[in-house]
Amino acid sequence: MKKISGILMILALVLVACSKDEPTGTVDPVDSSKNSFDRGEMLANWADNIIVPAFKNFKSSTQQLESKTSAFVQDPSEASLEVLRVAFRTAYIDFQTVSMFEIGKADQLNYRNYLNTYPANAANIDQKIASGSYNLELPSSFSEQGFPALDYLINGLGSTNAEILAFYTSDQNSANYLSYLEDVSKRMNSLTKEVNDSWQGDFRDTFVGNTSSSSTGSVDRFTNDYVMYFEKILRSGKIGYPAGAFTGEPSPQNTEAYYSNNFSKILYSKAVESVQDFYNGKHFNSNQTGKSYKQYLDYLDSMKDGANLSVLIDAQFNAIKEQAASLDASLKSQVETNNTRMLEAFDELQKEVILLKVDMMQALSISVDYVDSDGD
Amino acid sequence: MDQLGKYLNKTTDAAPLAVFRIFFGIMMFASILRFWLNGWIEKLYIAPKFFFSYYGFEWVKPLGDFTYLLFILCGLSALMVAIGYKYRIAIILFFLSFTYIELMDKTTYLNHYYFISIVGFLMIFLPASSYFSFDARNNPAKAFSKIPRWCIDSLKLLLGIVYFYAGLAKLNSDWLFRAMPLKIWLPSKYDLPLLGNLMQQEWMHFAFSWSGMLYDLLIPFFLLWKRTRIFAFVLVVVFHILTRVLFPIGMFPYIMIVSALIFFSAPVHHKILQFISRLFKIEKIKFDTGGVFRFSESRKKIITGVVGAFFLIQLLFPWRYLLYPNELFWTEEGFRFSWRVMLMEKAGYAQFKVVDPDTGRRFYVDNSKFLTPFQEKQMSFQPDFIIEYAHFLGEHFKDEGYGNIEVYVDSYVALNGRKSQQYINPDVNLLNFANSFRHKTFILPFNDEIKGL
Repeated sequence: MKKISGILMILALVLVACSKDEPTGTVDPVDSSKNSFDRGEMLANWADNIIVPAFKNFKSSTQQLESKTSAFVQDPSEASLEVLRVAFRTAYIDFQTVSMFEIGKADQLNYRNYLNTYPANAANIDQKIASGSYNLELPSSFSEQGFPALDYLINGLGSTNAEILAFYTSDQNSANYLSYLEDVSKRMNSLTKEVNDSWQGDFRDTFVGNTSSSSTGSVDRFTNDYVMYFEKILRSGKIGYPAGAFTGEPSPQNTEAYYSNNFSKILYSKAVESVQDFYNGKHFNSNQTGKSYKQYLDYLDSMKDGANLSVLIDAQFNAIKEQAASLDASLKSQVETNNTRMLEAFDELQKEVILLKVDMMQALSISVDYVDSDGD
Repeated sequence: MDQLGKYLNKTTDAAPLAVFRIFFGIMMFASILRFWLNGWIEKLYIAPKFFFSYYGFEWVKPLGDFTYLLFILCGLSALMVAIGYKYRIAIILFFLSFTYIELMDKTTYLNHYYFISIVGFLMIFLPASSYFSFDARNNPAKAFSKIPRWCIDSLKLLLGIVYFYAGLAKLNSDWLFRAMPLKIWLPSKYDLPLLGNLMQQEWMHFAFSWSGMLYDLLIPFFLLWKRTRIFAFVLVVVFHILTRVLFPIGMFPYIMIVSALIFFSAPVHHKILQFISRLFKIEKIKFDTGGVFRFSESRKKIITGVVGAFFLIQLLFPWRYLLYPNELFWTEEGFRFSWRVMLMEKAGYAQFKVVDPDTGRRFYVDNSKFLTPFQEKQMSFQPDFIIEYAHFLGEHFKDEGYGNIEVYVDSYVALNGRKSQQYINPDVNLLNFANSFRHKTFILPFNDEIKGL
């Protein structure tokens, strides 16, 4: 006893002498000797090989989107509309690779809310176009801009191309329609530029350097965001709300890309794939992998008995994808024709939420809430 | 009986109790102030829409903006206790206001808070303002420099119970042979200077678990025994500062450190009081009247009866879990108020489902509409929270015009690094169960076994 407590005492004295109460913002990354996992390296992999390239890629997509929108505004025709639609689809798919990174600048800007709050409020959009006065910077206008608004404006104004084009050519408010469309596109691009610039600039180093283990450390903050994204944005947003999981009434109008043809499942699948790739540390647009949650769990698992969590989580991602194969290309019609499939998708996603939010976060010793209250 | 009578008549120096009173009051005042400055009054007691009540205390709720007044009352009474001004009223007010605060929402339950409540209760019956207090200065008839010995011994006993029972609770297979939950918690402290890498070592997790257990079991005896007292006190300081560095446990370590001073003999306390006297230019000698405080015979009977019953409850209450079947850590039936400190890493997820059997309509509940993230987290792995919340949901949706609804929960809980498993029977309508102290049959059995106390 005396010996043990003696050791403990010496350790503690050393520790007390060395530790300060101030938050440790930038501690040197733990050295990567055989028995430790380098969180700094993981953060660097996340930033350099996944987040930064994904935003860079998405930035060029929104740039394209803006220029194709401008081309359409210069010359509204069926041809330019089709070109715009292609750019829209590409950008919307690419957005699924960055939407989960709501941290830093994106978080400050409310980036995801401005880019993808759905369903779009078509009535408000119509009314604002008619009046010609609007301010897209207001948080109250989330549902009047971004991808869902674009979707409405290029796919949902009428049932045929001619009907849609008429709003931009012969309608009494056609000039307003054109400028609203262009403003929405421009705003998406400029917001994306801001976020991309911050990652190209200082924020990358801030993010990677903040290896602190406290709740303000990058790993803790980001993991909370990542799991929240999967639960609320992916599970509830893409599947739960359209399926009426929280109301008991299926609501097809809540599907993502409601006005596009057979597009919602592509977006859903891309989002699932992106979350899985991130989990596995897979580099953006490459088959190489680096350090991420999977490797971290493997490292921690090696010290623990019990289930092999890292494998279970990856397997559940695969189960989600497998279930998705049975879904209609249009989640809207899936809701309308056989909502049970949608609820099955929800159940598969739900299993992953439990694995991520309960098991993974426990294994990583990251607390789920931001409340900094005392513990026992 | 004769010996007990003799013991109760023994007297001792009043200084240790005075020092305890001063430090306890100051610590409590600082805790309340810190709580306020951290914005926790707003965050924990004003902002939430729903509060989890202790069974039988459903009438204790936050008072809206008046909650701040409650904290002011609590803080002021703590200060009055510290200086010994109108002590009896002050300590009663402190006990009531502090306990009321703790009862408002069990989400924030901590063993530390319970400890403070019961120390406050015990101190109501102790003549802690007989010496070195405003009361003693203002009314020399109430000034005494000797008090019954049991008054100081009772505080030692209470501290001893806290430590020893905390040690007993660690005598289980998870703590001793799996080094859980420290094996989860310590590696996450990878960024501690020097210790970061050591925290990754498995032998360290075991060393911490075993030395923690031995510390808790043995420290009361080392503190009691004069020859080991100084060494033990150094251990107390080291142990609690270490826990402060490793874990977010607020003021508690400091409270325990100053509380442990009670074990020292009177001369040490006189030195402390002399130091305070010099600091505030107090004539300490005025208090050294040599007077002996004695309870009147009728009072003595009542007070020793109350204090005796109090300790009997303290000794027995932590064992109530034996009356329940199944694994204590899993069901948490009889877990609280038993000095089971830092024993579990437990997390859960609870998805509630509302079903209208008449229409077949069913939907999930978005917990964030009703609970703060902190409340949701605490609710998700504690059955008494789950049942209370289920009834709240039932009422809520009935008020919204749903008829004869049923409430189910799909919940998963992970305990000490085991894979999560289903927690509550998903096929039972929780509205069919009232909250009570009886065993909750809707908890699914734990798939593993934890041996020990």
